[in-house]
Amino acid sequence: MRLPTWLAQHLAALRAVLVFTALLGLAYPLVLVGVGQLPGLADRTEGSLVRDAGGTLVGSRLIGQLFTDADGNPIPRYFQSRPSAAGDGYDPTSTSASNLGPESVEDTLPVPGALDADGNPDEGTQSLLTQVCTRSRDAGALDGVDGRRPFCTPEGVGAVLRVFHRDGLTGPVTRAVSVNQACPATPFVADFGGVPVECAKPGEDYSGGLVTPVRGDAPDEPAVPADAVTASGSGLDPNISPSYAKIQVARVARERGASPADVKRLVEEHTSGRGLGFLGEPRVNVLELNLALDRALPASG
Amino acid sequence: MSTTTAGIILIATLVAALVAVYRPFGNYMYRVVSGDRHSRVERVVYRLIGVDAKAEQSWGTYARSVLAFSLLSLLFLYGFLRLQDKLWLSLGFDPVTDHIAWNTAVSFVTNTNWQAYSGESTMGHLVQMAGLAVQNFVSASVGIAVAVALIRGFARSRSERLGNFWVDLVRITLRILLPLAVLGAIVLMIGGVVQNLSGGTDVGTVAGGAQTITGGPVASQEVIKELGTNGGGFYNVNSAHPFENPTTWTNWIEMFLILLIPFSLPRVFGRMVGQNRQGYAIVAVMAILAIASVSLTNVFELTGGGTVPQAIGAAMEGKELRFGVSDSSTFAAVTTLTSTGAVNSFHDSFTPLGGMMPLVNMMLGEVAPGGVGAGLYGLLILAVITVFVAGLMVGRTPEYLGKKIGAREIKFASLYFLITPMLALIGTAAAFATGNNGTALNVGPHGLSEVLYAFTSASNNNGSAFAGITVNTPWWDTALGLCMLLGRFLPIIFVLGLAGSLARQKPVPASDGTLPTHRPLFVGMLVGVTVVLVALTFLPALALGPLAEGL
Repeated sequence: MRLPTWLAQHLAALRAVLVFTALLGLAYPLVLVGVGQLPGLADRTEGSLVRDAGGTLVGSRLIGQLFTDADGNPIPRYFQSRPSAAGDGYDPTSTSASNLGPESVEDTLPVPGALDADGNPDEGTQSLLTQVCTRSRDAGALDGVDGRRPFCTPEGVGAVLRVFHRDGLTGPVTRAVSVNQACPATPFVADFGGVPVECAKPGEDYSGGLVTPVRGDAPDEPAVPADAVTASGSGLDPNISPSYAKIQVARVARERGASPADVKRLVEEHTSGRGLGFLGEPRVNVLELNLALDRALPASG
Repeated sequence: MSTTTAGIILIATLVAALVAVYRPFGNYMYRVVSGDRHSRVERVVYRLIGVDAKAEQSWGTYARSVLAFSLLSLLFLYGFLRLQDKLWLSLGFDPVTDHIAWNTAVSFVTNTNWQAYSGESTMGHLVQMAGLAVQNFVSASVGIAVAVALIRGFARSRSERLGNFWVDLVRITLRILLPLAVLGAIVLMIGGVVQNLSGGTDVGTVAGGAQTITGGPVASQEVIKELGTNGGGFYNVNSAHPFENPTTWTNWIEMFLILLIPFSLPRVFGRMVGQNRQGYAIVAVMAILAIASVSLTNVFELTGGGTVPQAIGAAMEGKELRFGVSDSSTFAAVTTLTSTGAVNSFHDSFTPLGGMMPLVNMMLGEVAPGGVGAGLYGLLILAVITVFVAGLMVGRTPEYLGKKIGAREIKFASLYFLITPMLALIGTAAAFATGNNGTALNVGPHGLSEVLYAFTSASNNNGSAFAGITVNTPWWDTALGLCMLLGRFLPIIFVLGLAGSLARQKPVPASDGTLPTHRPLFVGMLVGVTVVLVALTFLPALALGPLAEGL
């Protein structure tokens, strides 16, 4: 019996799909799983797992982790990782970036007493700018350096006004609201364009005003480095920059009763340069550094 | 060394490596697609599939074979996703919901690899390796096969035959993709990419917390994800994940794998039409556009426009420290210049103009160098349009490689070009008209960019995302699925139709009035036509999105 051409085509297609599934979908990956078990590779293909001094598995060399206590506060004897948008932070089962844009500058302030869609108290949402400002302020406070940044208020929210003009986009300023500062906060600037700046009333619609971020007088190069105030792409970034490690040295040394020189030496031992001199960026592996600290300079008490 | 210098060296080394492999690897691919000897394994495969390897096909039969194979792949993958909980290694995950399964099946069969799901919390290991990764191979082979069929159309005369799809599919898969994938996977494993069947290892962290170190057959999927310009990550965060892209040099390898086949295919074109210089002209166009785009992306990202990047001091949000701003920018350009869509950083958080570049790259139609096969046939279509435009200027019947570009050819080429912009722009408009843009995370111009990006990515079969948009709703899954399907197979039908029409012609001898298509003049014109067509089509949409935000 001869099949009609169109049917023969589809029969060939079905058989092709099955043949390729067996070959490329089963044989190929399983052979590679086998290859991955060879000595020298097995350690890596299993996830580059690392153990602490006592021999307990504590994570992967390639996956960052949180060094915070149960309440989410930094444990000061450890070097801190970058902020993370993966689940509640560094959750490999829920990897994610923040995906907030470069002009995400306006918070949605929580309305007191209001409920969100799930019936929980309204928490509002923070803009990326406010997140950056808050992280900078906190990192600065933790390590005793200047946490100020451009476009941030001293309290650590985005310094952003909604400016209303008489004729819409032009004309004299009629009103200015500091949108990320909920009343009764004192606005970060007293007046703008000749009118006093108001604090923001949560829930009020200010969309008629022009979004105006205010640079302020923070230094051009903030003391807290960029990686300390940004979430990574994966949310699992195992590294921090050498400059972020540097501002943490004094605090870690103090907490461990060690000399800053000893801590600094360990940081340098765990710093890698660019691959082949030109690939990527210099970096410090936080987990390996902290494990080395626990081994070499255990915290007293 | 400064970041800028290091970034320039990285780009230079990639260019040098691609130049070095262009001839040997292109020649190898030429022998694969034009030889007439079948290996024993291949003969076994033909018997299993039940096809006659010696029978060549007309363009219609070739197209029907492509469509039949893709349709069956689609149904098979859809069923696989819906039934994953009944199979092994499902890790306890539920069956994929109907609209996400439809979207994902279309996405992988069309070489788009748009992901409306999060890999680590949706897909079991079996469906990843035996469902999704299989399509990573064969959808890439389909693209290359269609490109080869088009080249045969130029190379043959007075013929109804364009080759045999099944032979092309099997050979490209077994002789080009599979050996390179095995090699590349081992290299990636050395770099630290995982390859196991573990369901995850629970550990107690140093600070006393808990963490699950995930497992999976990642290396085998990662390598073909790049090599086949697919882009669908094993994990949600794709090549930003340390288990997919652990270190600075695996990042280089992954970019090289993405670019390897698309940049070497013009050699196959040159060899098959018997004039290597024609291949050089095509690859020159690809290189000019690609280098310009990579450079601009780097400039925009490193100079850090936008309020938040200025507050941060560097556009580091959504970027991995090991890659930094420059290597992330280069990867972003590479992945969108091809139809890969893998990401090692998150384009949504790029500077306004830096984030526009991936969008513009996709709007270019992914021809510089484009996806495997798809980039080459896309650029050859633009070359046909270019000789037509040139012909209009001097009032001669245009011809390309000795073939007359008449009304029939231009109809196919124009239809080809119009499909993707139409899908992207109508889709974006439909999202706003129906209120479905409300799932975008950001508001204002950035919200428009997110929607425009999603439809451009789907229609061009790229698959990368301005990820701050929730797309796993039935409306989004359906709409983007349709864009991917039509954006893949309508152009393929037009390309094969054009190929059939070219193959039938008898060659016209070149005369004094023939526009030489291997000279810098033609290269410049082709670059110009590509850029002008894109600008005319998309500038209004760009002006409302990233340009409004960035200027």
